[in-house]
Order: sequence, then C-alpha cells, then structure tokens
Amino acid sequence: MTTDDPRPPPRRRLSVALGSRELKGLFWQVLVVGIAVAVVVFLWSNTVTNLSARRITTGFAFLGREAGMPIADSLVAYNPRDTYLWAFVVGVANTLRVAVIGIVLATILGTLIGISRLSANWLLSRLAAVYVEVLRDIPLLLQLLFWYVLMQALPAARAAFRPIDGVFLSNRGLILPAIPIGRPQLWVLCTAVLGVAVFYGVRRWLIARQMRDGKPRPAWPFALGLIVVLPALVSVLLGVPWTIEWPELRGFNFVGGLTLAPEYFALLIALVTYTSAFIAEIVRSGIQSVPRGQWDAANALGLRRSFMLRQIVLPQAMRVIVPPMTSQYLNLTKNSSLAVAIGYQDVVSIANTTLNQTGQAIEAIALIMAVFLTISLGISFFMNWYNARIALVER
Amino acid sequence: MTAVTDMPDVPRAARRPQMGNPVLRWLRTNLFSSIPNGILSVVLLAVLAKGVIGFVQWGIANAVWLTPANDSSACRAARGLGACWAIIPEKYRFILFGTYPFDEQWRPALSVMLFIGLFYLSSRRALWRRELVYLWIAVLGLISVLMWGGVLGLSFVSQDRWGGLPVTLILATFGLAFGFPLGILVALGRRSNLPAIRSLSVVYVELIRGVPLVSLLFMASVMFPLFMPSGFNIDKLLRAQIAIILFAGAYLAEVIRGGLQAVPRGQYEAADALGLSYWRKNRLIVLPQAIRHVIPPLVNTFIAFFKDTSLVLIIGIFDLLTTAKTAIIDPAWQQFSVEVYIFVAAIYFVFCFAMSRYSRSLEAHSAHAS
Repeated sequence: MTTDDPRPPPRRRLSVALGSRELKGLFWQVLVVGIAVAVVVFLWSNTVTNLSARRITTGFAFLGREAGMPIADSLVAYNPRDTYLWAFVVGVANTLRVAVIGIVLATILGTLIGISRLSANWLLSRLAAVYVEVLRDIPLLLQLLFWYVLMQALPAARAAFRPIDGVFLSNRGLILPAIPIGRPQLWVLCTAVLGVAVFYGVRRWLIARQMRDGKPRPAWPFALGLIVVLPALVSVLLGVPWTIEWPELRGFNFVGGLTLAPEYFALLIALVTYTSAFIAEIVRSGIQSVPRGQWDAANALGLRRSFMLRQIVLPQAMRVIVPPMTSQYLNLTKNSSLAVAIGYQDVVSIANTTLNQTGQAIEAIALIMAVFLTISLGISFFMNWYNARIALVER
Repeated sequence: MTAVTDMPDVPRAARRPQMGNPVLRWLRTNLFSSIPNGILSVVLLAVLAKGVIGFVQWGIANAVWLTPANDSSACRAARGLGACWAIIPEKYRFILFGTYPFDEQWRPALSVMLFIGLFYLSSRRALWRRELVYLWIAVLGLISVLMWGGVLGLSFVSQDRWGGLPVTLILATFGLAFGFPLGILVALGRRSNLPAIRSLSVVYVELIRGVPLVSLLFMASVMFPLFMPSGFNIDKLLRAQIAIILFAGAYLAEVIRGGLQAVPRGQYEAADALGLSYWRKNRLIVLPQAIRHVIPPLVNTFIAFFKDTSLVLIIGIFDLLTTAKTAIIDPAWQQFSVEVYIFVAAIYFVFCFAMSRYSRSLEAHSAHAS
C-alpha cells in the first residue's frame, strides 16, 4: 500500500523534528553530563595538583618495587623482599581462599538450617528460627570481633583442646591432620576431575535416552566407576603414597598438619554463620514457594519421598532460590574485606598497607575495585549461566 | 481392593478421637510424631539443656554484677567461671556516648530518644503524609542543635567528641534521609529514555554495588583530601557520612527501581494523557505507588545500613562498636571483652529486630490487603 504512494515522505524542518519533548530531553542530558564532567574535571585537577605537591608520581610503576611488608598467612610463597605486585597476588589468593570455602560452607549450613526451619519437629524449627533471627540482626563486624576475641582466649598450644585425635584447637588456630599433595597425588586428583566431566556427559546421554523410550536408567554405577574406581585404579597402578601427616606439639608450637590461623578461622566462622542465616531464609522461602498441589500430585502418583523432593520439589524451588543466592555470594565475597579489622591480610588489607607505605591512593583503590568487580562479574556470570540452565522452559 | 472398601466412610479426623491430656497431645504431634523425630527431639533437648545450664551458670549464677568503681579484682577472681557484668555499669556512659563531655551527656541521650520517637512516628501508617517530611527536617535539625550546641545557652561540642549510639544513629538516619532522594533520582534515571542519563545512573549503581563498603570508606578517609583543593578540609565524620550516603543511594535506587517496574503501564499512560509533566507525573502518580510496593524491602535495606554503619570502626570513627572496642583497652578490664560485645550486640539486636518485625507485619498487611 504505502509503496504505491508516489509522494516522498514529508520533510520536516529541523526545528519541528526536535519537538519540545526532545529538546527538553537533550537539555537535561547536556545539563547532567555537563555537571558530571565538571565534577570529574574539578576532582581530577585537584588530585593532580595535590599529588604533584606531595611528589607522588601517578601510575602503576610502584608495583615493581620491593614491598617490604610481612604477610603472615599466605597460600603462595611470599617473602617481604617480593614486589608489591606479588603482595597483591597473595592478597587476592587470601580473599579467594576465604570467599570460596566460605561460600561452600555457608551454602551447606544455610540449606540445612533452612530445611530445619520447615521441620515438623517443633523444637528443631524453633531453634533454627532463633539462629536465623539472632545472627541476622547483629552486625557482621561485631560478630567477627566476637569470634576473634574467643579465638584469642583459647588456651595456649600446650593446653590445646583436642576434640578428636590429631585435631588441635588453641590460640594458634585450628590444626588439622593433612595429606601432602605432590605431583603423583595431583595426577590422581586430575583423573577424578576428568571422571566428573565424563560422568556429566554420560548422564546427559542417559537422560536423552530416557526421554526417547521412557525407561529410567540408573546413573550411579557410572558415577562409582568414573569418580571412585578409576582414580583408585590409577593410584594403585602408579603406586601413589597417601600418607597422613599428623600435627605434633614441639616446644611452643605445632609441626606438620594443616594450620588455619586464628584470623582466618575467625573470619571464616563469622562469614559462614552470618551468611548461612540469610541463605536459610532463601532456602525456606524457595521450598515454601512450591505449591502444595505439587506435593499432593507427587503423593498421588505414589512417588517415594526422596524422589519427590529430588525430582519434583527441588527443581521448582531452585528457580526461586538461585537469583537471591547469587547476591548472597556476592555479599559474602565483599564482606570478606572486613578481614582488615582483625588483621587477616586479604586484598583490601594489603592494598591499604600499600597505600600507607607508598601514598599511591588512587592506584590502590583502583586495584581493589578491579579485583572486586572481576570477582563479582565472575560470580554473576556463573550464577546466571546456572540460573538459565534451571529456568522454566516454557513451550 | 478390599482394604479400600473396608474403610469406614467417615472423615479421617473422626476416626482418631482427640483424647487425653492436651499437653501430651501437643508433645506427640510436635516432638514425638515418629521414632526418628522422637530421637531427634531428645538429642536436641539434651544439647539445649546443656547450653542453657552452661549459660545460666556463667552468665547469672557465677556472674559478678557490681564492683567498686575502677576495681576489677572480683571479676578477675571469677574469670573463667562467671561473666563480669560489672564492666557494663563501669563503662556504659563511655560505650553509649563516647567522649562527649560527661556533664552534657543528657544531650546525646535526648537525641537518641528523639531518633527513636522519629522512627516510631514514621512507622505509623496513619502518619504517612507530606507533613512527615517536615517532621523529619525539624527533628533532624533539633538533633543537630542538641549535639553541636553553641546556641540557646548550650555549650559548643565539636563533632570530634561525639561518639557511641548517637553517632551510629546519625550515620544510619542521615544516610537514609539523603540517600533516599538520591536513590529516587538514580532509579528514575536508570529507567529514563535519555541514553546519557541512563548510562550515568547504571555506572554509578554498578560501581558502588560492585565494591565493598570498606573500600569506599577508605576512599573517603584517605582520598577525599586529595580530591579537594589544598587547604580545604572537611571533618572525618562528615566524609564517612558522605560515603554512606553514596552507598545507600545506590542500594536504595535498586530497591526503588523494583517498585517502579511494578507500576502498571496504564498508570504512566493515564498520567501522560492528562498532560502532566515528567516530574508531576512521577511525583503525583508513579512514585507514591512504586514506593508503597517496596516498603518492606526498604525497611530491610535500612536494617542492612544500620548494621553496616559499624564498618566506620575501620577508619576510626567513634560509633557504638568503636566505643565498645575502645572501652576494653583499659588494662584492668581488658579480659572482659566478651561481656561488652554481648551488651553492644543486644543494643544492635533490639533495633534490628524491631525493624525486621515491623517489615514482616507490613508484608502480612499487604498480603492481606491484596
């Protein structure tokens, strides 16, 4: 119809095209951007003047200089003669160490407490409710200081608590027996990881076949074979030694075993218990969001309770649970920066020391921001991928 | 088949008559409904009893409640056996009000009362009117006069000497009072169809939410002097307050944006059809509905700020947690920090618990209404 129209489209003059609405919009944008640019230029010029007055050169060249700061508890080899850059890497490793383990433990504990909240057992559900209410309503920093004070009040190494043989709890932290991981042990672990990956593929294949003919095929023999038997076989064939290293008290300190320093241990406990209270609420509301009819329908089909939970209720609850869980994981990671209050050297604490030693304030803060933005984006990326996988597929 | 036909045709409840002692019946349904449940209950009861008895022995039976001033010998004697609550009467003035001049401490105390009164009035549904904004301005102004003084015969107290609970309340309340309008503007900006304003809002929100508050506070305490012309310096408390306002603005903006998304399109279109301008449309039609939608999450965000103000400890501002930590530096009382932390935790808990109860009652109310 319109293509037959011989007339060219009406040409409006510029002043008409920019009607009052667009003009207003343009005005506001220019105004706001102008103010923002003016503020940034003002701050920037002040900063440049101030820095030159204090004889601080901007730029990241200081990262190559010798750091000279001691780091007590580090995952990777470090000594004070290393560079600032390496000190930062140690800090990032320390942050990740507490964040990753914290996220795993908080998820497990939070899920258990969330399920306990819904238990038919009155006592259990009340206790879980009190746990959630108390931990949520007290600042994390206060809880962290509290745990740290308790750690310091523990007896000295000589009089350490020994809850189980080989485990020591003293003011030196928590000392556990360890299995030293060398190259041969690493091979076995790699096999196990490979086994998990292959099992994942096998499971998809089994499900695809079940989709075609409707016959359920058990996946557990494959899991057992790929994840347990295969690595065990490799271990036996290569003759890998799996010795357990027991910690021993020598003089005033422990030798051997795995040591969780009191700062790390206090931070981990505080982060895990605090975040688990929030996760418990998320899990509870997720399970409660599954309509009763779904339980009733599963019951009517005569499904077993465990099957019902695994195949009917949890997949639906997960859709409600995963998005808020992502923000809890992000919170835990950001909260790990409270480490600076008790002297655990995470990335924020190391950046802060660097800032005091070199005066490179902008660079240090920029590095903190870069690290946390990267971690946040990483977690959101993973959780969004997972969320898309479990999201409702509608026809 | 026979099992089904044999079943008497009566409702289930009628077949199992509810007899016996109501207490026993309650125990049976709630604690001993099955064998594993019964075992669980017994184990939990045992653990609970052990915990409660241990706490009562430490916290009440063997505790030291009062000692002569500046004498912690009784507490030292009971160390390890009982709590030393005597540290609270000894130090409570410092914990609550910091280094505020001792004789003038009725002023911060009155300010705390005013804050609590303000929160209470703001929670009343019947008072959610325009006048509430004026009340906030008036009360916050009154609190400033009380804390600073210098007029009406009150002696001037510099903010370096403020401390304790009033500082915590000031940081949280002013953070909300200024962060809230900022959050509204940013939320509107993020939903605006002007690309420059939208991207600025997105950058602001994502940058602030992407980094920990600790690093923002460091920035406020270390970098702020670098940002300003030389010779221009503002107080540490105010710098921390600005950081908290910027932080609050970003989080509140996200909550308010959720509310804006819940307002049906028809409302916008109706406002446009009436020929209302952008600001009048938002002020009269959209925002009142949007904010009503998100009041419970707003209260939850406020609880989170209230707790997060404690982070100013890291940059050395004397809020409630910092005064508590400072109170136990005193060598005579150094070993009794657990008691002080429990005392301060109780104060934080009372405030946060009241707010979370309130948020839940609002949720129940709105669920009931819809």
